[in-house]
Amino acid sequence: MANVLLASVIDGLLIGFVYGIAAMGLTLIFGVMDVVNLAHGPIIALGMFGVYLLFSLLGINPFIALILVAILGLLFGLLMYMVAVHRVIEAPPLSSLLSTFSVNMMIIGIGTSLFTTSSYNVEYSLGTVNVGSITVTGTRLSASLIAVLVTALLYWFLYRTRPGKYIRAVANNRTSAELMGIPSTRVLALSFGIGTMLAAIAGALIATIFPINILAGGSYELKSFVIVVMGGLGNPLGALIGGLILGLIEGVVPVFIKTTWVPVLEFLLFIIILLVRPQGILGTKE
Amino acid sequence: MKLTRYPGLILSLALVLLLALYPAITGSASARETVFTILMSIALASSLNILLGYTGYVSFGHIVFFGIGGYVGFYVLTVLGLHLFIAVLAGGLAAGLLALLLGKSILRLRGAYFALATIGVNEALRAFVNNFQPFGGPVGMDMKFAIYSEYGGAMRALWIVYGGLILITVLVIATSYAVKNSKFGLGLMAIREDEDAAEVMGVVAPNAKTWAYVLSAIFPGLIGVLFFFKNGNIEPGDAFRLHLSIELIVMVMLGGQGTVLGPIFGGAAYQQLRKTLLTSPIFKNIQLAVAGFLLLVIVLFIPSGAVGWLRSRFVNLRRVLE
Repeated sequence: MANVLLASVIDGLLIGFVYGIAAMGLTLIFGVMDVVNLAHGPIIALGMFGVYLLFSLLGINPFIALILVAILGLLFGLLMYMVAVHRVIEAPPLSSLLSTFSVNMMIIGIGTSLFTTSSYNVEYSLGTVNVGSITVTGTRLSASLIAVLVTALLYWFLYRTRPGKYIRAVANNRTSAELMGIPSTRVLALSFGIGTMLAAIAGALIATIFPINILAGGSYELKSFVIVVMGGLGNPLGALIGGLILGLIEGVVPVFIKTTWVPVLEFLLFIIILLVRPQGILGTKE
Repeated sequence: MKLTRYPGLILSLALVLLLALYPAITGSASARETVFTILMSIALASSLNILLGYTGYVSFGHIVFFGIGGYVGFYVLTVLGLHLFIAVLAGGLAAGLLALLLGKSILRLRGAYFALATIGVNEALRAFVNNFQPFGGPVGMDMKFAIYSEYGGAMRALWIVYGGLILITVLVIATSYAVKNSKFGLGLMAIREDEDAAEVMGVVAPNAKTWAYVLSAIFPGLIGVLFFFKNGNIEPGDAFRLHLSIELIVMVMLGGQGTVLGPIFGGAAYQQLRKTLLTSPIFKNIQLAVAGFLLLVIVLFIPSGAVGWLRSRFVNLRRVLE
């Protein structure tokens, strides 16, 4: 029993890092511009299919393909910001929710006509790693290591580079940032691009672990909402911790009750946190 | 009461009744099915509009009331074996009660937080029903065909359901009109513009919001029972389809949020558009993408919707296009 539990804890934590990356993308965009990106799930799915296509058609190693997918994710975000988000950034929340959802519909519409909704597999294995009596698959371990690396890079970028500091300044107070000469439109576009890039990376990592389909992003989008609310909307570190908590719940709860109850718990937790601590577990009172 | 004093209401109701009576006069079953879908969209979109358009709260998971109403009604019909009329009332009551409970809690949240919470409620309830054995768990519930004989056979039952839907649609529109032109409605619109200012002016915002939420939830509950009675079975995926929820928002936006006529126009136009795209050889496969593109164009360039645009363009029409 103790062994099963330990194995589930480790499995849950490893996948939790990947959830964290996906949620960080969502929370970064919300923190900077108060936009909930409802195209988040389909962009995760695009990341999955990016790796799948590069791997199965061109034979590129999934973890190298990841870099290409990340760049494409960034470019997609810049484009999406300019076309769909920039005009509604000052409008009431409904407008940006709907404009990002329209992008969701377009991606899913085109995606389903290209790939149908059937399942695909990235046939790539890194063997398994044994630690004592516990076995972890190599892809899962590398995915979580990459997720940690990406988080570290994001923090280095946000706190140690000039564009990163611009992003934090705009998130803090856009008007003052503009008065200090920060080009806010470019900074907003860049933050949106980084948000979608993180989503694409998360999708790419998930593709190495689980079977994928074009609608699979949807469930990770919902998970991201739960995580983001747990960690506090707009707080990247909170998103990582929220991701770990969610991974832990998904790993450990099925040991005790039926797996199908896990989403019930997750969404109840989500609603309770929204009601009791809308600033998130880590957040401070505004 | 002189009816000519209410041109906006007359126009809206006349349009809906004209549409609704067409299949009844011709007796065509296929026309009835088409109009059923359109009327359902109109009624659902109009009830969502009470919250979304008048109060300015974005409920992304509004379909939860359709689902819970459908489930409770279905349970009353099949397990308890009661009449459809009672089942419909039970469905509406269940949806209203759920909204009352939720209203006391999640309506405290504003903007994006509220929108996210409504998604969470829908997903939580779907996941719960998936595990809830009295409602059949993941496979849902079926209705024995014999149940229709109580209503004079399947053919007649379908017409009864159709009649019921017409009645509910008329009720929704009348309610929507009444709310818009009442002091209660003015309070809601004040909340939409600035909730804090509205409270200062004496609007009891928590109560007003909750009642708007309950009103907008009852009708989807009623309709859910009719829909799943007609359908013959119910399962969690069909009852709590988040996508349908968002389609409803698109309809309200397309027609014009905060107007009585808007959701009627939006619901009809959206369904017509969907049908055209689904049957066209070029767009059949990417109908979702085309619909998404249209939504983007509306949101970016005509955010007040068709009716809103007409109202701002032609001032004389404002009395008629409410």
